[in-house]
Amino acid sequence: MIDRIPLSAYLILSAVLFGLGIAGFIYRKSVITVFMSIELMLNAVNLSFVTFSYDNKNIDGHIYAFFVMVVAAAEAAVGLAIILTVFKNRGTLQIDEVDSMKL
Amino acid sequence: MDSILFIIAAIAAIGCGLNLVLQTHPISSALSLIGVMSSLALLYLLLGAEFIAMAQMIVYGGAVMVLFIFVIMLLNAGAEKRSDKSLFAQIAGFPLLAVLVVLLSFLIRQTFPSTVSEVSFGEWVGGTAEAIGKQLFTKFLLPFEVVSVLILIAILGAVVLAQKEID
Repeated sequence: MIDRIPLSAYLILSAVLFGLGIAGFIYRKSVITVFMSIELMLNAVNLSFVTFSYDNKNIDGHIYAFFVMVVAAAEAAVGLAIILTVFKNRGTLQIDEVDSMKL
Repeated sequence: MDSILFIIAAIAAIGCGLNLVLQTHPISSALSLIGVMSSLALLYLLLGAEFIAMAQMIVYGGAVMVLFIFVIMLLNAGAEKRSDKSLFAQIAGFPLLAVLVVLLSFLIRQTFPSTVSEVSFGEWVGGTAEAIGKQLFTKFLLPFEVVSVLILIAILGAVVLAQKEID
């Protein structure tokens, strides 16, 4: 029974979650799910910050993770308001049907 | 004990993340995202980040996800329609992504060999609310104030966007 976890395990987990976030961001067509994939990527980066903070025995990484959380909360508020407005005007949540700025 | 908790949390996080990407209904995706966030909070606790773990549960698991589920319920968002993707994306998308993740993992393992950098629970508990508060109000005072202005602007922006009819 090993009682110590290699640091790389945390970082690899973070990389896998970030990859899943990218996959969701590119593959999904519902605006809300795309938005949730962005949150997943932000969470993966937060895990990296906290892990590096542990490795350096320095608290700065925690502060960065805290700021990322605040910015993500602000982003969620504005983004969901935009989604509401788009739905009010177009009646759809499919991301490829909102294409009036497409050439 | 550490490794058991880590493995449980890691499997839960990856499973919920996969579920988020694969489910077609937004509500299932939102619930999976809550699972990811809870397991990440457990991992933060293992890394000695008490404050961040609690903030994760309250801000992400509580506030942000309630906002998401509220919007999903409000818009009555159903399962998304399958739309035609390009052939290249269908065939090469997931293999290329797997290559990216494997490459990243390889680089991480090269940069942080497992004998040098290890994590063990309780060895360093620096992320208490007291320590974070001290740093936040001394070294990071300016970013803290700027971010509070940012969140004020975001609230005003959300109110303006949600009430106005834009054509």
